[in-house]
Amino acid sequence: MTVQALTERLGLTPLCLPDPDREIEGGYTGDLLSWVMGNARSGDAWITIMSNQNIIAVATLADTACIILTEGVQPDPGVLELAEKKDINLLTTQASSFAIGAKVAACL
Amino acid sequence: MGALSYHFNIDGEDFSSAGDASVAMKKTLRQLGFPNDVVRRCSIAMYEGEINMVIHANGGTADVDVYPDKIVIVLEDHGPGIPDVELAMKEGYSTSTEQIRNMGFGAGMGLPNMKRYTESLEIETQVGVGTKLTMVVGV
Repeated sequence: MTVQALTERLGLTPLCLPDPDREIEGGYTGDLLSWVMGNARSGDAWITIMSNQNIIAVATLADTACIILTEGVQPDPGVLELAEKKDINLLTTQASSFAIGAKVAACL
Repeated sequence: MGALSYHFNIDGEDFSSAGDASVAMKKTLRQLGFPNDVVRRCSIAMYEGEINMVIHANGGTADVDVYPDKIVIVLEDHGPGIPDVELAMKEGYSTSTEQIRNMGFGAGMGLPNMKRYTESLEIETQVGVGTKLTMVVGV
């Protein structure tokens, strides 16, 4: 399933969607950046409440398909610009990480 | 065949640019045609080192030598050094401050991740002088 399709299916709000056709191959939920770096796989939808600029570097390096910010979290200033610059799909939702994780899993 | 060499200065003051060197190196390795897995392992190992230098050592340098069969990453700083390397290598052990943890760092996974994603990790460190890490990623 592509990021675009997941966005529509789950009613996620796209904040930045430079690569809508990127295929989602799995999911990973976590807020500790090194933990995410070490365990998220390439192509995962990364679900987190962490909203600072470093999430863009982690998503770039771990090669995740998108970042989904949960609980209504908005990115810190500058994050959106960085996401656009680095071609990172960034989405947000009011739902909890648990709820979205379950829904993403059901879609795959 | 000789190595292609890349040098980066890691800014210790700026958390928002932390990771820039790793991201630049990832792009370079991709352009050079290395397999995704190799690119990913190098990127993760280098990023962890980069973050450690920003958190603990007020920055440092990264030198990457790219050979056809391996990539050698050398990270060097003049920070406080690591008093107990064995303890620092333990997953979950961290000396980061609350502020750093609130940013999502300080999970105590930095050095373990570096070891996990590289063929070899050599740590030369002296308290009060600095730390030099040499990592080799095989292709």
